[in-house]
Amino acid sequence: MTSLTAADRSTVLHHRPPLDRVNPVTKVLAVLILSVPLLLTIDWVSASTAVLLEVMLFPLSGLRFTALLKRALPVLVFAPIGGISMLLYAKPGGTEYLSLGFVRVTDNSIELAVAVTIRVLALGLPTILLFARVDPTDLADGLSQITKLPSRFVLGILAGARMLGLFIDDWRSLALARRARGLGDRGVVRRFASMAFVLLVFAIRRGSKLATAMEARGFGAPNERTWARPSRLGRADLVAVLVTIVIMAFALSTAVLAGTFRVVGQ
Amino acid sequence: MPGAAATGPARVVARDWGWRHAGRKAWAVRDLDLVIEPGERVLLLGASGAGKSTLIHALAGVLGGADEGESHGSLLVDGVPPERARGRIGLVLQDPDSQVILSKVGDDVAFGCENLGVEREEIWRRVDASLEAVGLDLPLDHSTSALSGGQKQRLALAGVLAMHPSLLLLDEPTANLDPAGVAEVRDAVARLVDDGSSTLVVIEHRVDVWRELMTRVVVLDADGGVLADGPPDLVLDDVGQRLADAGVWVPGIPLGLAPRPVSGPSAAVITTDDLAIGRTRKQPVQERLGLAVPEGAATVIVGPNGAGKSTLALTLAGLLPEITGTVTAAPQLAGRLGSRPIRWKSTELLTRIGTVFQDPEHQFVSSTVRNELGVGLQALRWSRTAIDERVSEILEALGLGRLAEANPFSLSGGQKRRLSVATVLAARPAVMVLDEPTFGQDRRTWLSLVRLLQHELERGATIVSVTHDAGVVEHLGDHRILLEPLELGRRAA
Repeated sequence: MTSLTAADRSTVLHHRPPLDRVNPVTKVLAVLILSVPLLLTIDWVSASTAVLLEVMLFPLSGLRFTALLKRALPVLVFAPIGGISMLLYAKPGGTEYLSLGFVRVTDNSIELAVAVTIRVLALGLPTILLFARVDPTDLADGLSQITKLPSRFVLGILAGARMLGLFIDDWRSLALARRARGLGDRGVVRRFASMAFVLLVFAIRRGSKLATAMEARGFGAPNERTWARPSRLGRADLVAVLVTIVIMAFALSTAVLAGTFRVVGQ
Repeated sequence: MPGAAATGPARVVARDWGWRHAGRKAWAVRDLDLVIEPGERVLLLGASGAGKSTLIHALAGVLGGADEGESHGSLLVDGVPPERARGRIGLVLQDPDSQVILSKVGDDVAFGCENLGVEREEIWRRVDASLEAVGLDLPLDHSTSALSGGQKQRLALAGVLAMHPSLLLLDEPTANLDPAGVAEVRDAVARLVDDGSSTLVVIEHRVDVWRELMTRVVVLDADGGVLADGPPDLVLDDVGQRLADAGVWVPGIPLGLAPRPVSGPSAAVITTDDLAIGRTRKQPVQERLGLAVPEGAATVIVGPNGAGKSTLALTLAGLLPEITGTVTAAPQLAGRLGSRPIRWKSTELLTRIGTVFQDPEHQFVSSTVRNELGVGLQALRWSRTAIDERVSEILEALGLGRLAEANPFSLSGGQKRRLSVATVLAARPAVMVLDEPTFGQDRRTWLSLVRLLQHELERGATIVSVTHDAGVVEHLGDHRILLEPLELGRRAA
């Protein structure tokens, strides 16, 4: 956990990038604006236009390019995998280029493959750009104060998520202990199950201890809670929402004009 | 907000109070009549199982409702039940890790004030003042996961202090800390109660840490009620021996252990050459170690937190790979796969180097104590009868017979520790490596553990312990390895 935060810190630039002025709650909204229309449509022009515009706005995020690549790696790896399955198995249509059992590569499947690959990128990229530098505490503050989600719920998740680091350490110790107990040579599945069980016991116990510590600090008291860190919306949030709407509108209209626009199911 | 108007130290009154946890036959606490006057500093003692923790949780109002258990009589803080005065009562618990709530130091301290509805400007004033009071001189956005155990406990103390409590409750706040951490926390508490603005109740079985600070000692009787009550010196003179027998570390009462016989130099059973160690290859915590563990003797690994003591123990034990250099076992210990323990099979380790982990629960794999002891022997393919015989022998020798069918996770702290040692002893390893074996043990379980290990030494075993405990160094430290933390510059390079 410590090493993770150290890595994060190294990606921070010294001046404050514009995207940091946007409230995390606004970023949630922005991700929705940038992704929902793409989930409902399936053509390559709209997604490529969105990806292109997002990449152009990348300098505003304050991320280094290498940091972006590192975070985007899973998406970059999985996008083509989705594309290949479309290429081989999608509903055939148009000219056929290859037929091998269930595998049929046709005009339709090639187009879908390209569209799906770019779409996965278009769905993953905004999330990475917008959330790479969001502090979970700021998000929790925003969700509680701006969207008025119950603080018991939001702060409970926030405090609980902090414990993940402890579980990683536990898992390592559990693995070493099994080798020390003579169980390290075989029975991988059983060993995994027993470690998972112990981790569950730890999780329940840690959770209840944490709950006690939180209650002892007055958490869940009937009075109105105050907030040490105000979470506010400002001009930057308005700008962020408008920019994302423009991106999406531009991407969709480009697709319509190019004649490739296609809604899922059609 | 209930009780918010009242300020100043709280008064605690228990009248014929008792509590029984749901599903238990016995009362955890009963027949308790006790008055704690405002501003008193009370050290709460008693044998394990006397209900100290239950009482302090009840005083904090966090015992839970009727589905958690049943109460009797009354327990009031300034005239109201503790649940209704929660904001005025501060509780610090034993485990540093489960008390950190948020990821930044400042936010964590502010958490309690937010819950109490304190105004924003006032919150940050209190955060600064509390951090200063506990001596945590860190930026507000410092990561809480990067703190040491002693710092985490002082952070918890600051969070409680910011709520301006009238009653401060500490449940073994230093049990899991190294000596430096113990002193940090004790000194911080001493500064806090200096102005008499809160009543203090502390549970701690290491009496010498707190004795000077306390105005009164209350000893709970395991059979109910109060066994002794009065000024520290009087009470400790009066029932000191009884308390010691019940597991409390009473200063001035000898342990009754024979000193270790002076032995001549013996041949090394494990040696290291130009060894660099670390949990991951990228972060060595020690380099260029050339060490020797003498056969048939007791070795301790000592040094401050962060020096890599546990990492060294796990590397010597063949559990963590060397980063550079080698760990070499003497020919009589070497396995089929050579002389480097990390190359051995897991079952080969069993009879050669046994490891007892810092947290016993990490090494439990069965649902009963009896099966737990047989696990390693099964892996070694012993016959059913041979296993039964060996397990019975161990159960008997370690006084675990009564618990043979219990679930290891349900045992007390001392029992868990003894079981974790027993599981290793079962396969009769030539070398035993123990990581902080006496952490959090009371005097009674401590003695039984050290006697057990001394007995193994007499039988010819080699023992290596990582420890902060001066008693372990004295009684299991024929040979000492002192580790100093690598300088940061060198570590980065």
